[in-house]
Amino acid sequence: MDLFINALVSGLLIGSFYAAVSLGIAIAFGMLDVVNIAHPGFVILGSYLAYILNTRLGIDPILVGLAMLPVFFLLGQALYQVFYLSFERRGRDPLRGLAFFFGLLFVAEVLLILVFGVDYRYVEAGYIGPTWKLGFVDLPLRLLVPCVMSLVLIGALQLFLSRTFVGRAIMAVSQDEQALRLMAVDPIRIKRIAFGISIATAALAGAFLIIIQPVEPSVGREYIGRIFAICVLGGMGSLPGMVVAAVLLGVVESLTSTFYGPSWAPAVAFGFLLATLAWRPAGLMGR
Amino acid sequence: MRTWSFVAVAAAIAGILFGALVGVGNEYLLFAGYTVLQFIVLATAWNILGGYCGYVNFGSAAFFAIGAYSTVAIYNVATEKTGWMIATLINAVPAGLLLPGLIVISGLVSALIGLLMGYLTLRLRGVFFSIATLALAVVLQTLVTNWDFVGGSRGSYVIRPVDFVFPGGYVGYLFAVMAALAIGVLAVARALERSRLGFGFAGIRDDEAAAEASGVPTLKLKLIATALSGGFMGMAGAPFPFYIGFVEPAATFGLSYAVNSIAMPMIGGTTTWVGPLVGAVLLGVFQQVATVTISSVLNLLIVGLLLIGFVVLAPNGIVGLFEAWRARRSP
Repeated sequence: MDLFINALVSGLLIGSFYAAVSLGIAIAFGMLDVVNIAHPGFVILGSYLAYILNTRLGIDPILVGLAMLPVFFLLGQALYQVFYLSFERRGRDPLRGLAFFFGLLFVAEVLLILVFGVDYRYVEAGYIGPTWKLGFVDLPLRLLVPCVMSLVLIGALQLFLSRTFVGRAIMAVSQDEQALRLMAVDPIRIKRIAFGISIATAALAGAFLIIIQPVEPSVGREYIGRIFAICVLGGMGSLPGMVVAAVLLGVVESLTSTFYGPSWAPAVAFGFLLATLAWRPAGLMGR
Repeated sequence: MRTWSFVAVAAAIAGILFGALVGVGNEYLLFAGYTVLQFIVLATAWNILGGYCGYVNFGSAAFFAIGAYSTVAIYNVATEKTGWMIATLINAVPAGLLLPGLIVISGLVSALIGLLMGYLTLRLRGVFFSIATLALAVVLQTLVTNWDFVGGSRGSYVIRPVDFVFPGGYVGYLFAVMAALAIGVLAVARALERSRLGFGFAGIRDDEAAAEASGVPTLKLKLIATALSGGFMGMAGAPFPFYIGFVEPAATFGLSYAVNSIAMPMIGGTTTWVGPLVGAVLLGVFQQVATVTISSVLNLLIVGLLLIGFVVLAPNGIVGLFEAWRARRSP
C-alpha cells in the first residue's frame, strides 16, 4: 500500500512536469495547428543551457530557464517566420512542414551529440538532494519544485490567455483567422507571438527536466509521444484538459514502472497515444 | 517501357555493377553497395505512402526492425534447442533459399502491422497518423527490449552460413538478394504510378475530401499503401541480421533509418519513382564516403541539414529542379 501511494504521488508530481513540457505543444499544435514535433529538441536545448550556466557559473537552473525565456521567445518568433514564409503562405502542405520540423529535431540532437557527446549531464542545486517526508509518503524536492513551478507557469499562461488582449487574440486565431483579420488584427503577428511563447516555455521545461533527471541528447525522443499523447488526450488547445491528461499519464507511467519495471514505462505513453487516437481522438474533454 | 522490360534493364545494370564490384575484389565495396541498395528499398517504400498518398511515416525504423527481428526470431527458433518441430523444418531449407523465405515472411509481418496501425489511425487527419508512427517505433522498441527470446537489450548474434558458394562470398549473395529486392520495389512503385491504384493515391494526396466525394475508396487505398510500404520496409530489414552479424534494439531502431528514408525521397523528389532512387543513390553513396572520411555523426548532421534545406528551398527535390531547368531551356 505504501508503495502504491508513493508511486501515485510521484506520478502526480512528474505528471505536472509533463504538463509543462506539453504546454508548448498545446499552443503550437492545439491552437495554431503547427505540428512542431521539434519541440522536445528545444526542451533539451533548454536543459543543456541550464547545464552549461549551472556548471560554469553556478547559477540556479530555474533562474537560467527564466533568463532564457526572452531568448527562446525570439527564437520561436524567427522560426515561425521561416515556417510561415516557406510553408503556410504557399498553402497547406503538411507533409513538408512535418519533414521540416523532423529535420530540425534531428539536427538539434546531432549537434548536441557533436558538442557534448552522449554522456548524461546533470545540474547542482540545493533542492536536488533532500526529500520531505509526510508520514510514509516521500516528497523528493527534485520533483516537487519543478511540479510547483510548472503549475505556476501554466496558471500564469492561462491567465494571460484569458485576460489580456493578445492572449484572447491567440485563442481567437485558433478558432477563426478570418474573423480576427476583420477586427483589424494581423493573424500572422498573433501567431508569431503565440509560437514565440510556445518555444519560450521550452526553456523553463528544459530546466525542470535536467533537475528531475540527467539529460543526454536523445532523451527528447521519449517526450515526443508523451507530449502529443497529452495534447490529444487533453482535447488539443485546452490547458486545464492538458493538465488532467498529463497527470493521468504521469500516474499510469509511475504505477507501471513501480509494478512492472521501468523498462516498460515508455510503452505506456505511446500505448496511451495510440489508444486515444484510435478510440477517442477528440480527447477526454472533447465534444 | 513495360514493367518486364524495365526489370530486365534494371537487372542488367545491377548485374554489371555486381560483376564490377566482385571483379575489384574488395569486400568493403560490396558492403557499402548493400547499404545503398537497402536505402533504395527503404526510400522507395517510404515514398509509396509518403510521396504518392501524402502520409508521412516517421516509423520507418520500426518497420525495418520488425523485418530484422522476424529474422532473428526465426533464426533463434531454428538454432536454440526449442525442440519445436518447425526448427528441423527450417534447418532443412538450403542456405541459398533461406534468406528469400525470411524476406517474404518479414514482409508479411511488417505489412500486417502496418495494416493494423493504419486501421487504427488513418481515419484521422494525416498529422495524427504521423505522430502515431513515431509512437509505434517506441512501443515496438520497448517490446523488443523486453523480449528475451530475441536477446532483449543485450542483443543477439546471428551467424552467417559457412561454406557458402557464391561470387563474392556471402556478402556477394546478400548484395545480389538486396539488388533483386530493390529492382522489385522499384518496378512495383513504377507500375503503381500509372495504375488505377496510383491515380487513387494521387487523388488522396491532392485533395482527400474531393477524392472521397468522387468515389475513391480512400480508407481502403490508404490501407493498401500502408501495407505495401510497411511490407517493403520489413523486407529491407530481413537480411540485416546476416549483414551485420549482431542485432540490438538501439541500433536497429536507430533514428538514422527514419531520417534517411524521409530525407532521400524528399531530396530526390517525391512524385515519381525516380526521386527516391536518385536521392538514395546520392545520399547513400555520400554517407558511405563521409562515414569513412569524416565521421558518422557529422554525416548525419549533413543529411539533416540537407533535408531541411531541400524542404524549404526546393520542395520538389532534385527531380523537380531538373524538370524546371529543362522547361526553361526548351520553352
